[in-house]
Amino acid sequence: MPDSTPAVPHGDPKPLLQTIGLTKRYGDFLANDRIDLDVWPRQIHALLGENGAGKSTLVKAIYGLIQPSDGEMRWQGDTMVLSGPSEARSRGIGMVFQHFSLFDNLTVAENVALGLDGSESFKDMSARLEEVSRVYGLPLDPRREVWQLSVGERQRIEIVRALMQNPKFLILDEPTAVLTPQEADQLFTVLDRLKAEGRAILYISHKLEEVKRLCDTATILRLGKKVSTCNPRKETAASLARLMVGGEIKEVKVAANRKTTVPRLVVNDLSLEPGDPHGVRLQHISFELKGGEILGIAGVAGNGQDELFAALSGEWLAPDPGMIVIDGIAAGQLSITRRRQLGAAFVPEERLGHGTAPRMKLSENALLTGHAASNMVQHGFVKTAAMLKTVDRATEAFDVRKANRDPEAASLSGGNLQKFIVGREILRNPAVLVVSQPTWGVDAGAAAVIRQALLDLAAGGAAVLVTSQDLDELAEITDRIAVMFHGHLSEPVATQGASREKLGLLMGGSSLEQEEPAHASGA
Amino acid sequence: MHLVLERRTEQSRTIALVSPLIAIGLTLVTMSILVAILGTNPISALGVYFIDPLTDGYSLQEIAVKATPLVMIAIGLSLCYLANAWNIGAEGQFLIGAVAGSWLAVKTHGTDAGPWVLPAMLLLGAAGGALYSLIPAICKVRFAASEILTSLMLVYVADLVLDYLVRGPWRDPAGFNFPTTAAFDPVATVPVLIEAGRLHLGAVIALVVVAAGMVLLGKTIKGFEIRVVGAAPRAARFGGFNSNQLVLLTFAISGALAGLAGIIEVAGPVGNLRPGISPGYGFTAIIVAFLGRLNPVGILIAGLFLALTFIGGEQAQIAMKIPLDVTKVFQGILLFYVLACDSLILYRFRLIFASPKVSRGAA
Repeated sequence: MPDSTPAVPHGDPKPLLQTIGLTKRYGDFLANDRIDLDVWPRQIHALLGENGAGKSTLVKAIYGLIQPSDGEMRWQGDTMVLSGPSEARSRGIGMVFQHFSLFDNLTVAENVALGLDGSESFKDMSARLEEVSRVYGLPLDPRREVWQLSVGERQRIEIVRALMQNPKFLILDEPTAVLTPQEADQLFTVLDRLKAEGRAILYISHKLEEVKRLCDTATILRLGKKVSTCNPRKETAASLARLMVGGEIKEVKVAANRKTTVPRLVVNDLSLEPGDPHGVRLQHISFELKGGEILGIAGVAGNGQDELFAALSGEWLAPDPGMIVIDGIAAGQLSITRRRQLGAAFVPEERLGHGTAPRMKLSENALLTGHAASNMVQHGFVKTAAMLKTVDRATEAFDVRKANRDPEAASLSGGNLQKFIVGREILRNPAVLVVSQPTWGVDAGAAAVIRQALLDLAAGGAAVLVTSQDLDELAEITDRIAVMFHGHLSEPVATQGASREKLGLLMGGSSLEQEEPAHASGA
Repeated sequence: MHLVLERRTEQSRTIALVSPLIAIGLTLVTMSILVAILGTNPISALGVYFIDPLTDGYSLQEIAVKATPLVMIAIGLSLCYLANAWNIGAEGQFLIGAVAGSWLAVKTHGTDAGPWVLPAMLLLGAAGGALYSLIPAICKVRFAASEILTSLMLVYVADLVLDYLVRGPWRDPAGFNFPTTAAFDPVATVPVLIEAGRLHLGAVIALVVVAAGMVLLGKTIKGFEIRVVGAAPRAARFGGFNSNQLVLLTFAISGALAGLAGIIEVAGPVGNLRPGISPGYGFTAIIVAFLGRLNPVGILIAGLFLALTFIGGEQAQIAMKIPLDVTKVFQGILLFYVLACDSLILYRFRLIFASPKVSRGAA
């Protein structure tokens, strides 16, 4: 067990922010259970933990978004009770959320103005915005509308908006989740500079390597409790992971002699107009995926992955049947049901509301994708026994934990619901599996089970297409990786030997769009 | 101490059953206050409304007669509402169904047409209602026009069509200029179940509709599609279900059932086509559908209960001089409470006693 003597480079007598026994209850559920946390000036303090460990709850309390049920917060040594985020901001606490709150149709400056108190004129504010973004190396054009900007640029708006209030204490929630490796490096430079200016940063992440690189101190939460405070630089990624998970993480096993067979999913020069006005147009996408192979699609969110999934699944039809070929059959204009009958299976990114109907039972959600090609429907009548059997088989094969035999989908935890959804599709023994963000927001144990299932499916001869923003995940399970950028898909490269730098450059669009405007190429 | 509304992890089955009863209870309390303000003793008023009609045979039959159209229409509406298609125009579909079926009764009047006339009228009524309901449905699917507005506005069109016909081309020449058609021939009349009673074959048809609704929703893939497309539209698309097709289907079914109810009403209890054949069945059926939790059995019970308010309202007007409009107020308040109480299925109240203040001193 690491000792709680962090290497704190401070000469200050008191922590800037302190929580003492902070507790938050939701009904009978303890989201935070007596958490003690000290954050000092000039410190980048990591808050580590799996999904559901209580990280978000803790920072929401510190930012005044929720009231703690018990315990105390201290600011510069004095007791602090926050009435809301505006009080937190006025004390010097800023926060950059994982999910941006920006208006697509407004300009950068207008969005920033909406987050400020409005005591200065729009012109002064715009000037200050340009000043702050220049000083910190976060280039932004105040006059551009948000919908034109990349995800990395949108994050800059949020960071600049927080910095314009000159915070002493800045909370960042999973800031690198949406960034390319190069963009992440730029962000780290900014954070180091903020630290040097004497500010404190609370950095939420579950990427251990970047925490080791960036942070001075790490506080690790598990199931709502603090398990340790340590110096991440003195730990290994594996030891940090053990603290987060509370045990060893199962390594996935790649079958040694996996053979690729015939092409099972072929995409030929697929171009497609988006369904909604701010969607991404798919442009000339081609790839070939053989049986026994796993192809990864990397890329920053919002570069056409959702549109590609919709086109492959048949939720959005391709203009020409031959653009998508499943097991030798031109499927571009077939419905999702017909594609399932051809042996394709799909796992969308959103578990609730897309992959499942949240307020329906698991058996009904088994019917949702199983009605096309199974014994669940006969002469228009549904067979409840067959539906329940699918639930039981998925439960057993993938260790789905649930309160009773057939609960509502929404009552399952993210990891267990994802195991059910993946299990539901894999039990149909698909020829082609298209899966989007398979382990997004899933605990480490469930993620390992799901990755192993994808590997086993490919080993059995299926073609598997995995879209993910997590390069580590793709490196672990795929044979080849292609990168999506602005609706284009790069030529796939062999996963072995593909450097993160090269993939990162592709994710930034460098080798694909030479005419990329200067503002997006970063500082 | 404060009260918070907390999301449940799973829907409460108990509350789903109890919530209509809570709503009825709250409605009765509100009504008692209202009746007291009108200067009547609330206890005796509630007695006249809800107890007296249950104590004599004639009123019981009358409740079943009133419940028949309410239940038939509400079953159809429940399919629409489950599919997230908001058919508010059942009243118009009811009237058009009555008109379409009556056409045959008028044309065969005085001829020696055989017993095929009534079944043909019922089919015409259902077809008329279905076609009429497809107007807003197609406008929604094709042009994204709000079906709430279009279906509602078509009620008034239907009302005027009926009015025109009975005052013009279909008016009974021997009817002293009253705006009605001639009384329907025996072959064009829905037979009564009990000699000299008012209870008619329509009540049996309504029960068949309830049973069919149960099978459709509980046992068939179509019923599942209807429920998914309403509960989670994106998941329904992912499941391969066509929401536009389901909008057309549910509108057509509900229009057909409303039209069928309309022709049964004029060929049964009313006996000819005339204005004012509906005391707002198509609108009251909306309340029936929600009070019955969009569930066929629930709708049967709710239909009988709302029919009771019609009968009770008439008796209260006669016995206690309470205006008939109070019945409509009652029905409106009931719908309000039903929808409000529904939030308890997904949420629960929780009293928080400990205030979120600091409870520890300096440590």
